Amino acid sequence: MQHTLIAKVENKPGVLNRVASLFRRRNFNIESLNVGRTEKPDISHMTIVMENHDQDTRRVEANLYKLVNVLDVQDVTNQPAVTRDLALIKVAAEPEKRSEIANLANIFRAQIVDVAPDSVIVEITGTEEKIEGLVELLRPIGIIELVRTGQVAMLRGDSLGIRYTPGANGHTPISNNTKDKKE
Amino acid sequence: MKLTGAKIINECLVREGVEIVFGYPGGAIMHDYPIHHVLTRHEQGAIFAADSYARVSGKVGVAIATSGPGATNLVTGISTAMMDSVPVVCITGQVAAHLIGGDAFQETDMTGITLPITKHNYMVTNASELAHVIREAFFIARSGRPGPVLIDICKNAQIEEVEFEYPEEISLPGYKPPEHAPTEDLKKAVELIAESARPVILAGHGVQMSGAMDELKLFAQKTQTPVAMTLLGLGSLPASNPYSLGMMGMHGEAYCNQAIQNADLVLAFGMRFDDRVTAHLRTYAPRARKIHIDIDPTEINKNVKVDVPLVGNLKTVLNDMIPLVKPSDHEEWLDQISKWKEETKARDILSWPDEEKLHSAHVIRDFWEKTAGDAIVTTGVGQHQMWAAQYYQFEQPYRLVTSGGAGTMGFGLPAAIGAWFACPDQEIWVVEGDGSFQMSLNELATVVQEGANIKILLINNSFLGMVRQWQEFFFDKRYAATPISGPDFIKIGEAYGIPSKRVTKRKDVMAAIAFAQETPGPVLIEYQVEKEDSVFPMVPSGAALDEMMRRPITRKNAGK
Repeated sequence: MQHTLIAKVENKPGVLNRVASLFRRRNFNIESLNVGRTEKPDISHMTIVMENHDQDTRRVEANLYKLVNVLDVQDVTNQPAVTRDLALIKVAAEPEKRSEIANLANIFRAQIVDVAPDSVIVEITGTEEKIEGLVELLRPIGIIELVRTGQVAMLRGDSLGIRYTPGANGHTPISNNTKDKKE
Repeated sequence: MKLTGAKIINECLVREGVEIVFGYPGGAIMHDYPIHHVLTRHEQGAIFAADSYARVSGKVGVAIATSGPGATNLVTGISTAMMDSVPVVCITGQVAAHLIGGDAFQETDMTGITLPITKHNYMVTNASELAHVIREAFFIARSGRPGPVLIDICKNAQIEEVEFEYPEEISLPGYKPPEHAPTEDLKKAVELIAESARPVILAGHGVQMSGAMDELKLFAQKTQTPVAMTLLGLGSLPASNPYSLGMMGMHGEAYCNQAIQNADLVLAFGMRFDDRVTAHLRTYAPRARKIHIDIDPTEINKNVKVDVPLVGNLKTVLNDMIPLVKPSDHEEWLDQISKWKEETKARDILSWPDEEKLHSAHVIRDFWEKTAGDAIVTTGVGQHQMWAAQYYQFEQPYRLVTSGGAGTMGFGLPAAIGAWFACPDQEIWVVEGDGSFQMSLNELATVVQEGANIKILLINNSFLGMVRQWQEFFFDKRYAATPISGPDFIKIGEAYGIPSKRVTKRKDVMAAIAFAQETPGPVLIEYQVEKEDSVFPMVPSGAALDEMMRRPITRKNAGK
C-alpha cells in the first residue's frame, strides 16, 4: 500500500542527496519526494510517498534515522493529516474550448493561471484523488504538459504519526507535538 | 589566537588523543604536524593500518591522503571499515574551494564517492569550520555503532588563518545513539529465555566493540547457554571456555552450526545475520525464537525476522538483563552438543595419520601452540584466513584482526603495522596467503622503515585457494585464473632486509616460529603447503546451515 512519511531534516547542503542516496542504496522505491523550508530556517520538511509493505516502512524509518542530519520521522499514512499535491496542467485550448475548461476548473476549485493563443494552464491543489479526477476530465480535451509537486503532508492539531521504533536514536519529536504517547 | 587551518587540524587531532596517523602526502595535503605520520607505500595500506589500529587499541584510527587518486585509493579501506563498523577518521585534501566543480587537477568528488560507505562525511571549504567538523567527526566515528567518517578539506582551508576556538560542546540534534532497551522489551526477552530448553547465543563483533566480554560470560554461565561466535566475534569468549562453540557459519564448526539449527532460542548479541553465517535464510534456525540485541535499529528484521528486538548498547542491555534472568539448567542440550563435538574431532585433519605432508592446519595449530594463543593475528582474505580462524584458538578479545564483511584481500600486512603501533609490546603475527600477500607486499618497506616488530607467516599454496576450492567443488576443477605464481618470497624478504625462511616439512614448523620469535624485528616465514587443500566444513551456497560438506574421515576417502 501507499505510505506517506514526513521527515524533519537539517537544512544543510547535501542532505537531499543523502536521503536520495539512501533510498537508492537500500533499494527503496519512492513515488514522490518533496522538500521545503519550514517555520525554522535551519530545518527542512520532507514528504516521502512510497509504495511498500508496513515492514519496509519500518526499515525506511530506521535507515532515515541513521542519517546524522535527519531529526524526526513519522508515518502519517491513515493518520489525521492534511496532504496536498499541486499540479500545473497545460491543456490544448482553441479559444472556443476555453469556457469548457474554465467550467471544469471551477467545479474542482482550480484556476486558470495562463492563457496562450491555443493553450491554457490550469493550476489545481488538493489530494491526489482530486487531481486525478480533473486530469481524467481534461485528458480528452488534450493535455500538452503536466507537472506535479508530489505530496506535502502535515499532521492535524497535535496528533502524531506512527513511530515504529520509538526512541530510535533517542529521538523526541521536534515539532509542536510535545506530548509523546510513549510516556 | 590566529592559526592556519593546517595547525588547527593538528590542534584538534591532539585534543582527540591522536598519537599517530597513517597516510601519504600530496599536492592538496602537505602540512607538517608533530603527530607521527606513518608513510605507507599506498593509501590503501594507510587506511588498513588505521583500521587495524582502531580495532586493536579501541581508539579512533586516522588515515590521511591527498585529493584525487590519493583519496580514491582509500575507498576500499573505507568500505572495509564500514562493513566491520570500525571507527576511522579519513582526512583527505581537496582542491581550493573556488576550483570545486571545475575538474581541477586531482579534483575528485570524495564526499559523493564515499556517501554510501561512510557513517557520515564532510567537505570543509573554509578554515573556520574545521574545529567543530573534526570534533563532530571523531564523536560520530566512535559512538553508537562505530564507523568511518571522511573529512574532505579544501586546500585554501588548510592555508588560511582564522581565530582558533576549540568547541567544548557540539550539537548533533539528529544523532543520539540508543543506550538502554525499553523495559517492556527486556521483560519479553526474559520470558523467552525462561521458556527455552535449547538456547544458543550468537556473539558478533558488537561484543568486543561495546566491551561486553564479561557480561557475555556471565550471561552464558547463569543461563547455561552455549556461545557461537561470528568471525569477528572470535575472542569474545575464550575458546577454552566450556560454553564456547567456536565459529559459526559457512566455514564454522559443524557442531556449532548444528546447535544453531536445532536451537529453540537464538540470542543474537551485536551481530547482523550476514549471509556467511545464516546460509540459506528460509531454512535458518527454523525451530528457534529469536532475540536480537543491536545498537543499530536498521539491523532489526533486516535479514532474519526476530521475535524480540532490543535496540541499545549491548553492554548496557546485558547489564540490564542479567539481573532479570533466572539461572537455568540445560544439561541435556549441552550433552547433545558435546556428542556433535566428538564427531567433528574425528573428522579434523589434525586427527589424520601423519603422511609427511604439510597442511595449513598443521602450520596454524603449531603456530597457535608456540605463541600460547596470545598473539595478535592479522590476516588477509581467503583459505588462510579461515584456517587461522579455525585453528588458532583465541583466548582474548581484540586478537584477531581480519576483514569480515568486506572480505578485503591485502588487508593483513598493513593491518599488522597498525596493530604494532597500537600494541608495540604484544607479539604480532600476520597470517597471509600468497595471493593476499602479493596485493600489499609493497608495505614491507613501511614495516622496515618504521622498525615494526611483526612476524609474517605466509601460507603459500600457489593458488587463489578459496576460489580454487569453489572451482573444484562446483566447476569440475576448471581452475580458471586461480593458479598464481609468485616471486621467490625469501629473496623478496631479504631484499627488504627482513630475515626470511622457507619451510616445507611439518617437523620444521615449530623451529621456524621459534626462529621468528627469537629474531628481533620483522621476520618472514614461508610455508609451502599442500596446494589443493580445502577449507572444511563448508556450507555450499543455497544450502541450509547444517547441510555442510565435511572433511572425509580417513585419508583414503579424500578427494571423493
